[in-house]
Amino acid sequence: MSQIGSFALMLALGLSAYCFLAGFVALFRRDAASARLGETARRAGIATFAAVLLAGIVLVVAAFNDDFSIAYIFHHSNRDLPAAYKFAVLWSGQEGSLLFWSLLLAGYGFVLRLRYKTDQRLFAYASVIIASVQVFFLLILNFAAHPFAIMQGALPADGTGLNPLLQYPEMVIHPPMLYLGYVGFTVPFAFALGALIMKYPGEKWIQITRRWTMVTWCFLTVGVFLGAHWAYAVLGWGGYWGWDPVENASLMPWLTGTAFLHSVMMQEKRGMLKVWNMSLIFATFLLSMLGTFLTRSGVISSVHAFAQSSIGTWFLVFIVLTLAVCTFFLIANRSHLKSEHKLESLVSRESSFLFNNLLLLVVCFTILWGTFFPILSEFVQGHKVTVGPPFFNRVAIPVALLLLLLTAVGPLLAWRKTSVESLKRNFLFPAIGSVAVGGMMILFGVRPWEDPSYFYATMAAILSALVIFTVISEFVRGGRVIAGKTQQNLLSAMIHLCHRNTRRYGGYIVHFGVALVIIGILGTPFNREVEKEMGFGDKINIGPYTLICQSFTQDDNPNYANEWAIINVFRGGKQITTMYPERRFYKASQQPQTLPRIYPSFREDLFLVTDVYLVYEGKNETTGRPIIKAHLNPLVPWIWIGLIIMVFGTIVALVPNAAAVQVAATTPVRAPAQVGAGD
Amino acid sequence: MLQLILGGAALQRCGYGTSSNAALAAEAASAPRRWLQAAILALAVVVFMGAGDDSARFKDLGHRMMCTCGCGQVLLECNHVGCQSSDKMRDQLQAALDKGGGNSDDLILQGFVQEYGPTVIAAPTATGFNRVAWIMPFVVLALGIAFAVHIVRSWKNRPEPALADGITIPQGSELDEFRRKARKETDL
Repeated sequence: MSQIGSFALMLALGLSAYCFLAGFVALFRRDAASARLGETARRAGIATFAAVLLAGIVLVVAAFNDDFSIAYIFHHSNRDLPAAYKFAVLWSGQEGSLLFWSLLLAGYGFVLRLRYKTDQRLFAYASVIIASVQVFFLLILNFAAHPFAIMQGALPADGTGLNPLLQYPEMVIHPPMLYLGYVGFTVPFAFALGALIMKYPGEKWIQITRRWTMVTWCFLTVGVFLGAHWAYAVLGWGGYWGWDPVENASLMPWLTGTAFLHSVMMQEKRGMLKVWNMSLIFATFLLSMLGTFLTRSGVISSVHAFAQSSIGTWFLVFIVLTLAVCTFFLIANRSHLKSEHKLESLVSRESSFLFNNLLLLVVCFTILWGTFFPILSEFVQGHKVTVGPPFFNRVAIPVALLLLLLTAVGPLLAWRKTSVESLKRNFLFPAIGSVAVGGMMILFGVRPWEDPSYFYATMAAILSALVIFTVISEFVRGGRVIAGKTQQNLLSAMIHLCHRNTRRYGGYIVHFGVALVIIGILGTPFNREVEKEMGFGDKINIGPYTLICQSFTQDDNPNYANEWAIINVFRGGKQITTMYPERRFYKASQQPQTLPRIYPSFREDLFLVTDVYLVYEGKNETTGRPIIKAHLNPLVPWIWIGLIIMVFGTIVALVPNAAAVQVAATTPVRAPAQVGAGD
Repeated sequence: MLQLILGGAALQRCGYGTSSNAALAAEAASAPRRWLQAAILALAVVVFMGAGDDSARFKDLGHRMMCTCGCGQVLLECNHVGCQSSDKMRDQLQAALDKGGGNSDDLILQGFVQEYGPTVIAAPTATGFNRVAWIMPFVVLALGIAFAVHIVRSWKNRPEPALADGITIPQGSELDEFRRKARKETDL
C-alpha cells in the first residue's frame, strides 16, 4: 500500500515539474512547437491531479484498513476510531494535511486547466504559476514530510489514536474549509501575477477570478468561524477566540482577502488602485503561506501547532522567493498599472473603499505584529514576552469599530461624488435607529462609562444597528421603487431588486451577517460563570437559571471511557431542558478531554438569546462528585447565525444578474447600464 | 473634570450676543469647538472608566496573566483537565488580594513575574522596548491615514484624462436629457 502511495507522489512531482518547466518554455517561445509543448504541459497539470488524488485515496484506505505499517496511520489512527474520523486522518497530522493541501491545489489546477479556452494565454501563465506552487508542496511531501514513511521495527498491534481534540464532528469539516480557503487564494494570485508578467490589458483577469475569489473567501470565512465554533464547543473555556497564533494566522489572509474583494471593485468600475490590488492579492497568498509556516515550523508555540519540524525552513525559503518574484514584477511592470481616473470627491464610494482597506490592513498588521513580537522581543531583549488577548483586544477593537462605521456609511455613498443632502436623507433613518439602540442599552442597565468593555460593547451595538438599518433602508428604498412600477408586494420587489444586482445586494446581506456576528461578540463583557461541586440534587443559580444535578454516571466503549453529569435546567420554576456535560478518556492516546454542552435560549429569549454552557471540569477524588462549571454567554448564537447569513450573501452575490441575463439573450453586443448598479 | 468640560460647553451654548448676526457668527464659530468638546468628553469617559471591588480586581488581574502550564490560555480561562498550574496561581492571586493594604496591582503582577518569568503577563508592559508593541499599530495607522490622504490629494489634483477629438462632456440640460434617456431605457 505504501509503495503505491509513494509512487503516486513521485509521479505527481514529475508531472507537475514537467507542467511547470514545459509550460514556462512554451510561454516564452513563439513558434508552432511551443503551442504543442504548452498543451502537453496543460495535460501534465491535469494528470498531476489524478496522481495526487491516488496518493490521497491510498492514505485514506490505509487508515480504514488499519495499516499501521505506515507511520502516519500509526500516529493518527487506531482500530476503534469511528469511520468519519478515519477519513479525517487525511488532514489530522503534518504529512497528511500537506498531502491534502496538495490535493486541493491540484483540484483547483484541474478545474482551471479544463476551462483554459476562456483566455488561453492568461490561463497558461496561471497554470505555470500554480504548477510552481504544486512542485513546492510535492517536494516537501516527497523529501521532508513523507506521509507513506514505513514504521521501523515490529509491526504495532494498534495505533496511538487521533488527538482527542480532533474527535469532534466539526473537525471533519473545519480543516477542509480552511484549506479550501487558503489554497483557493492561489488561483487569483496566479492570475494576478500572470496578468502582471504578461502586462495583460484591461481588467478581464479580475472578472475571470471574481468568482474564484469570492468562493475562496467564503470557504475561508466558514473555515475561520468553524474553527471558532470548534474552540467554543470543545475546548471548554467558554470562549471562541483566544488570539492564538494559529487563529491569527487564519484571520490575516481573511482580512487582506476582504480588503481585496472591496478594492477590486474600484479597479473594475474606475480603473483605480491597480498596484494596490496586485499587492493585496500577493499579500493574501503570502499570508496563507505564512499561516502554514507558523503552524508547522514550531517557531511560535500554539495549541494548534503540528509537531516541530524542519519544513519551516522550506516554507520560509518559498515565502522569500515568492515575495522577491512578486516585488520584482511589481516594480518592473509598474507602468502597466497606472490609474485611469481621478478621485472627484472625498465623500464618495472610492474614498470609503480606500479607508476601509486602510483599516483592514491596520488590523491585519496589528495581528501580524502581535504574533511575531515575542520573537522580536527575544531578539532585542533576550527574553520572550507574551502577546495575548489583552493586547489584541485593546488595539484591534477600536480600529474594528471604525471599520464597522465605514461598513455602515460606505453603501450610502455613490461612486465619484455624493451630495451632502442625499447623505443626510439616506442616513437619517439608520442614524435614529442606531442611537435608539444605544439609548435602550443604557435604559436596560448597561453603563458604558463604568468599564471600557461596556463602552466598546455599547459602541459596537450602535454601529452594528447602523449597519443593519442601512442595509434594510437600502433594500426598502430600492424595493419600493420596483414595487411602485410593477405592482408587486414589497418583499417580492426586494427579491427582484436583489436579483437585478446580485453582487451589490449580496454584499449588503454579507454586511448584515457581519453586523450579527459583532452583536454576538459584544455580549462577551456580560458573560457570567459559576463553578461548583455537585452531588445529587445540588443547585447552581446563575442568572435566571437554576441548574439541578439529577445524577452523574459513567460509561465505557472501545474508543473511550467517559463520565458525565445529568443536569436539569430550570427557568422561572419550569424545567426547560436537560444537559449532559461530559468528560472522556481516550484509550489509544491515553488523553482526557472535556465535552461541554450548550443550550441556546432561543425559545425563551429570541433576540437576547443566551447560551447556557456547562463544562464537566473533573471529579473530586475524595467525594466522587463532579465539578461543574456553568457559563452564561449572552448573544453568542448570533455569531453562528451571522456566519450563515454571510455565506448566504456570498451565494447571492455569485448568482448572475437577472437583468444581464435577459439582455444577453436579446442584444449580445452591449448590455445597458442597470438601475441601482453601484456595487 | 467632567463637570468642568460640561460647564464650559454650557457656557458656550448660552452666549451673550449683541445682535442676531453676531450671535449667528458666534454660533457658527463655536460649532467646531462644540464638536471638539464632545470629542474630549467622549475621550474622558474612556480614560476615567475603571476601578472596582476585590472580585473585580481578581477578574481584572486574572485576565492580565497567562496560565503557565503551556495551554496558551489566560489564567482565569484555563480549565483544561488536570492543569497543574491554574488552581495554584488563582489561589496565589486571591491570597495577594486578601493581603489588601499596599498590595497594588503592579506589585502583585511583579510578584508573579518573579516567580513565573515575564511570559506570565498576558500583554507587553508599557515599559522599555515593550512600549514598541503598543505604539507600532498606531504609528502604522497614522502613517496609513497620511498615505491615504496623500493618495486622495494626488488623485484630486490629477488632470482629467484627455478626450478624443470632437468629444465634449455633456453638462446642464444636455446631461439631464441623457440621464432621462438612460432612466427610461433601464426602467422596467
